[in-house]
Amino acid sequence: MMRQINVALVGNPNTGKTSVFNNLTGLNQKVGNYPGITVEKKEGVAKLNRVLKAHIIDLPGTYSLNASSLDENIVIELLLNKNDKDYPDVVVVVSDVENLKRNLLLFTQIKDLGIPTILAINMADRMERKGISLDVPKLEKQLKTKIALISARKKTGFDKLKTLITNYKQLSTEACCNASRVDTEYFGNLKKTFPNQNTYKLWLVITQDVNFGNLDRNQIKNKAKSFEPKSDSELKRLQQKEIIARYTFINDTLKSTMTKDINMAKGLRASLDRLLMHRIWGYLIFAVILLLIFQVIYDWVAYPMDFIDESFAHFSEWTRNTLPEGQFTKLIAEGIIPGIGGIVIFIPQIAFLFFFISILEESGYMSRVVFLTDKIMKKFGLSGKSIVPLVSGTACAIPAVMASRNIENWKERLITILVIPFTTCSARLPVYLIIIALVIPDKSFLGVNYQGLVLLLLYFIGFGMAVFSAWLLHKVMKTSHKTYFVVEMPNYKMPIAKNVLITVLDKTKSFVFGAGKIILAISIILWVLASYGPNEKFKNAENIVKTEVKTENLVLTPEELDTKISSYKLRHSYIGYMGKGIEPVVQPLGYDWKIGIAVISSFARREVFVGTLATIYSVGNENEETIKKRMSKEVNPVFGGKLFNLASGISLLLFYAFAMQCMSTLAVVRRETNTWKWPILQLVFMTSFAYIVSLIAYQILK
Amino acid sequence: MMSIADLKSGQKATITDISSETIPLKLLEMGCLPGNAVEVIKIAKIKDPLYLNINDTFLAIRLETARDILVKLIEE
Repeated sequence: MMRQINVALVGNPNTGKTSVFNNLTGLNQKVGNYPGITVEKKEGVAKLNRVLKAHIIDLPGTYSLNASSLDENIVIELLLNKNDKDYPDVVVVVSDVENLKRNLLLFTQIKDLGIPTILAINMADRMERKGISLDVPKLEKQLKTKIALISARKKTGFDKLKTLITNYKQLSTEACCNASRVDTEYFGNLKKTFPNQNTYKLWLVITQDVNFGNLDRNQIKNKAKSFEPKSDSELKRLQQKEIIARYTFINDTLKSTMTKDINMAKGLRASLDRLLMHRIWGYLIFAVILLLIFQVIYDWVAYPMDFIDESFAHFSEWTRNTLPEGQFTKLIAEGIIPGIGGIVIFIPQIAFLFFFISILEESGYMSRVVFLTDKIMKKFGLSGKSIVPLVSGTACAIPAVMASRNIENWKERLITILVIPFTTCSARLPVYLIIIALVIPDKSFLGVNYQGLVLLLLYFIGFGMAVFSAWLLHKVMKTSHKTYFVVEMPNYKMPIAKNVLITVLDKTKSFVFGAGKIILAISIILWVLASYGPNEKFKNAENIVKTEVKTENLVLTPEELDTKISSYKLRHSYIGYMGKGIEPVVQPLGYDWKIGIAVISSFARREVFVGTLATIYSVGNENEETIKKRMSKEVNPVFGGKLFNLASGISLLLFYAFAMQCMSTLAVVRRETNTWKWPILQLVFMTSFAYIVSLIAYQILK
Repeated sequence: MMSIADLKSGQKATITDISSETIPLKLLEMGCLPGNAVEVIKIAKIKDPLYLNINDTFLAIRLETARDILVKLIEE
C-alpha cells in the first residue's frame, strides 16, 4: 500500500515555482478549479520512494500572507484551514537566490503558522555568476528548517528536495521570527482568549477578508475586540510593524550567512530594458511582436485548420456510407462528427496563442509591456495589468476573465472583466472568415487584400469598443477604493521548453473538455431539432411534396425532387418552426429564418454559428458541397437575389463583433463578480448595441 | 523634503519615511521600508509609471504612490 502526503508549493511570483512543480510531477498533473471559484488549481503526483507518494499542489504566486488579490487569498485559505482535504503536511517555499531577502518574508510567515516548511532555493546554478555565496548549514539553523539548493533549469537538487519532503516529520515547526513581538500585550490577550489556536493564524483571520472552514471570522473578530479594540488603521499599522520586524530578522540572518558581490550584477537586464522599454523602440517592438502573433494565429494556422476541416468532412461521409442506414448513423454522421470537428478545429489556434503568451510571460517580457501600457490604459480606467487579459481575450474570453484576477484594484478589475468580451476572440473567427469569403471580393488594392483588411478592421472595431466602453464605465462608476499599482520587473529568462509545452497542453485540454462539451451538446440538440418535427407534415413530407408536384404538373429530376422534400422537411421540423418564430425580429437585419436559427443557437457559443448552418444545410440538402458553396447559392426568400450579399454580410459581421454571444463567458463573469448584476448588464448592453448597429448597417447598405 | 517622484533617472536615495496610511502593504512587503536604498532606473513617458530598484527588488509604481515615499538623496 502506498501512502500519500500533501505537499503545497508556495512562493513569490517569478521564482520558477511552476518549473519546480513541472520537474517534480512531469506530465503527472492535472488542472482543475478550486471548489466554488475559478482560479486554476494545479496538482500532480510525485513518487518519493517505494511506499510514499507526494500529492503536490501548485499554489498561485504570492508575496506574503497578506492577500491583496483573489489569487493570493487561495494560498491563505488553504494554509489556514486544517479541515481542507488538501491541507499540506509540509510546505515547500520556493525562492530565487537573487531575491532571497524578499522571498524569506513569506517563509517566516508560514513558519509562524507552525506548519513544517522546507526552503527550496532555486536558480542555485546562477550563484557563482552573480557572486553570491551562502552558508547553508548556518542558514538552516537560524531559519529552523532544512534547505535544498536546486536549479529547475539544470534539473539539479531535486533528489535532495525529495528526501527532505520524505523526512518532513523531522522538521521543526517552531517559528523563526515571532510576529507576536510587535505588540506583546495584544497578542498575549489573543492567546489567552483562544488558547487552542495558533496566534499568528488568528491574527491573519482578523486582518484578512478570508472565509474558511470552521473558524468563524466574525466571532474571532468580536471576541478579539472585547479585550482590546483595534481600529482598522491600528491594525494596518500593526501589519506594517510586523513586516518591518520580519525584515529586521531577515537582514540579520542574511548578514551572517550570505555574501554578495555587487559588482557582478546588472548587465543583461540593463541593456535589454534600455531597448525593450524605450519610449519609441519599446512600443514598436511590442507592435511587431503582436503582429507576428496575429500572423501566425490567423494565417499560418489556416493550413492545419483546413486539414482538420476536410478530414472531418471525409470522416462524416465515410461513416454515412459505411454504417447501416438509419437514424443512429445520421446522428453520428450529421450531429456528432461535425460537432467534434467544430471543437477540434480550434485547437491549433488556442495552442499557438498560449504558446506565445507563455513565452512572453516566462521570459519576463510581459511585465515590461505592463509598464509600457499602464499610462495609456489608466486613462480608460484600466491598468497596465489589463493588457494581459485583453490580449488573451483574442483567444477566448474565459481564460481572459480569469487572468484579470491579479489586478488588485476592484474597479479596474471589474472594468477589465466587463469589456473583455468585445475583444475579438477566436470563436468569432470562423463566422468572420466564412462571411468575409462570401461577401467581400478576394481582390487586392496596392497589395492589400480586401478580405484581410476587413478582418483587421473587425479586430480594431472590437478593441476600440472595449477601450471605449472601459472609458464609459470609468466615468460612470464611482468607487471609494484607491487605485494602486505595484508590479515586479523580473529578471529576463530564457523560457523553459517544458513549461511552455505544459501550459499549451493544459490550456488546450481545458478548452476541449470545458467548452468542447457545450459545443458538442448543442450540435447534437440542433441535429435532433432539425431531424424531427412536431406534426404530421414532417412525417409525410415525401407524400405531400409528391402530391403537390403531381397536381401542379411539374417535371422534376429525382435530385430536384429530393431537394424539395428535404427543404419541406426542414421547414416543418422543430427548428424550422423556431426559426420562423423569430424571423420578424431578424428580418430587418437582413437575415432569413435559417440565419435566425444560427444566431439563436450560437448564443451558447459563437463558433456554433457555422456548425448550425452546416447542420441546417446538410440536413436540407444531401449533396456533398462545401458549406461555403452551399451558402453562396442561398436565395433571400423575401427580396430574391443572394441571401449573403454585402449588406446582410456586413450586418452579420457587426452583429457578431458586438453581441454577447457566449453563455460560458456570462457564467464565468457571474462567478468572478459574485452577482448576476454584471453579466446581465453585459448581455443587455452588448446585444442591444449589436442589434442597433447591424440594423443601421443593413438599412444603409441594402 | 523630497519624494521618489522628485528623483531623476539614475539617481539613488535612501527612504526616510513612508505615508503609512496610503502606501499599499504590498509595497512594504517588497522591501519599500525606511532605511532601504532606492534607485530610479527609468521614468516612462509623462513620468508615469516609474521603474525603481528598491532594496534589490525591481518594481514599477505609479507617480501618485511615488509621492508618498520620502527620500534623502545619496550624493555620489
